[in-house]
Amino acid sequence: MGRAISMQALSGAAPAAAIVLRQVSKTFGDFTALSAVNFEIGDNEFFTLLGPSGCGKTTLLRLIAGFEDTTGGTIHLYGEEIGNLPPNKRPVNTVFQNYALFPHMTVWENISFGLQMLGWTRKDIDRRVGEMVLMVKLDQFADRKPSRMSGGQQQRVALARAMAPRPRVLLLDEPLSALDLKLRQEMRTELKRLQRETGITFIFVTHDQGEALSLSDRIAVMSAGEIQQIGPPSDIYEYPANRFVAGFIGETNLIGAKVTAVGKDVLTCELSDGEIVHARSDAPVSEGRAGSISLRPEHLTLSWEKPVGESLRGEILEVTYLGTDMQYRVRLSDRLHLDVRHQNKNNAIVAINPGAPVYISIADNAARFLVR
Amino acid sequence: MRRGFDIKHYGGFFALTCLCLFILYAPLIIVMIYSFNDSPSITRWESMSLRWYRDIFTGVESEKFKVAAWNSLTIAISAATVATMVATAAAVGMIRGGNFRGKSVSFALISLPVMVPEIVTAVATLIFFSAIGFTLGTLSILVAHIVFCIPFAYLPISARLQGIEACYEEAAQDLYATRWQTFRYVLMPVLGPGIVSGFLLAFIISLDDFIITSFVKGSGVETLPTAIFGAVKQGIKPNIMALSTLLLLFSILLVTCSYFIGKRGEVTHSEP
Repeated sequence: MGRAISMQALSGAAPAAAIVLRQVSKTFGDFTALSAVNFEIGDNEFFTLLGPSGCGKTTLLRLIAGFEDTTGGTIHLYGEEIGNLPPNKRPVNTVFQNYALFPHMTVWENISFGLQMLGWTRKDIDRRVGEMVLMVKLDQFADRKPSRMSGGQQQRVALARAMAPRPRVLLLDEPLSALDLKLRQEMRTELKRLQRETGITFIFVTHDQGEALSLSDRIAVMSAGEIQQIGPPSDIYEYPANRFVAGFIGETNLIGAKVTAVGKDVLTCELSDGEIVHARSDAPVSEGRAGSISLRPEHLTLSWEKPVGESLRGEILEVTYLGTDMQYRVRLSDRLHLDVRHQNKNNAIVAINPGAPVYISIADNAARFLVR
Repeated sequence: MRRGFDIKHYGGFFALTCLCLFILYAPLIIVMIYSFNDSPSITRWESMSLRWYRDIFTGVESEKFKVAAWNSLTIAISAATVATMVATAAAVGMIRGGNFRGKSVSFALISLPVMVPEIVTAVATLIFFSAIGFTLGTLSILVAHIVFCIPFAYLPISARLQGIEACYEEAAQDLYATRWQTFRYVLMPVLGPGIVSGFLLAFIISLDDFIITSFVKGSGVETLPTAIFGAVKQGIKPNIMALSTLLLLFSILLVTCSYFIGKRGEVTHSEP
């Protein structure tokens, strides 16, 4: 009991959330880019806005930065309403998708620009810029112009420039999308390190689910101007709230199903071809409800003999080699196909030929019933 | 690419090119050559000399030319400066101002003077000046030049501004720069080559304007083109050829500068 009270006292004394959005909307003419978005971002959080292009994630970032005016709603930064301030009055900084480094300035001048505008003294500016070029490992390049640097280096200059004025929140607009794969992976690690070392709240916009899953403390999945789901990466992946989230994050089999019986925490569902699958749902569901079942390919296992427990019968249609994995497309009925993935740690099942009859078993709790 | 599509293989391409180049440049080259002629005749070659170049600076008409050159230069510099400032403001407003009512009308109004026949502008300006009782002289030339130079300065500046992504200005504002600081420290340097070529174009247009100037100059004030025209009316002397050659070299110098400034701008502006 005493413990519960102290917890409550702690959360009461906690600092205001870094960003609070209330009913934020944005329209461009007839087009609704964002409709009534609500969420909070905690202090020191690595928060990701994830969604396909055109879902409104960049618009949301630009609203927080101040490059666009909200059509409705309020934006609070550490308890202070910033929705009506111009960008230069907001203590947030942005890393742009194409970096937007000033082409006529050297690396040093680029990084010091914000500090000069804030009226820091020459001495403080020199010390801070010195720190920043060391932090992003560009001290050798301080006198270079951005056009004479590689994409990865420019990316680091953009980061240093945005972090130099010690913003309370750093906004990153698809910062890694212009880099090649190898560099992108390096920069991911780098970003995570910088966020941890500086303790700055990061709001990261991306359409790359891999980046979102590996970097974020929490992810907001967006589509068509609305937040679909907010949660830690594992929740988003394991417990998708709807078909869109399930389909957008990772790969999944989405099959139409109808609830035939509601158990204590398990639903009995009938697939369109009459097979029965047991699934779980986070939303309350009543009998007779139609929806879909999401089955992740890696939660399914193939076997020759009928396994113990729940299984589906089918025949192999296609085998695809993916390097780390093998992917099998299995035909359950004329209208129902399932993808199954096995990691390539042994070659046992590689030799399967199309047409071979197999059983598919579903890992415990792996099937999710989604209402919409 | 198929051979037939290459313009170099069209029949008569070479002959036509030579003809065009000849018509364009032969008179200029002849003028340049004869400016070094020692004879007072403009058609008969005698011997090589710098006599007529000396004549421009020390001859009977030298005083007139000096005053006219000074007028031309001061008017061209002032007109180009003012026109460039107005054109820069107009370009920023038109291209960065978002969508405002009457935007396309504004654009038409800015660029129309380029298309209106100069003689119409000249007559209209003269009528306007006399209607409001504006005394004709250096000032009236300057005002007229500023006005017709604006569209010429506007074109290269707006073309360059269109090629500059808005993200530089957003980045500057994001880094706590006010609107003025954004313009001063980010947009203007990046736009610089466009501003310089706008200025040079306006300068050249003002420097060699004859029609409008001759209408609004009033009596007694001469610019270089009107002075040359006045001298030619009394018969062409070789000193005009020497003067024309000097003007030509000056123009070539300016155009070359403008080209290299534009080129340098491109290099520093290159995207990642």
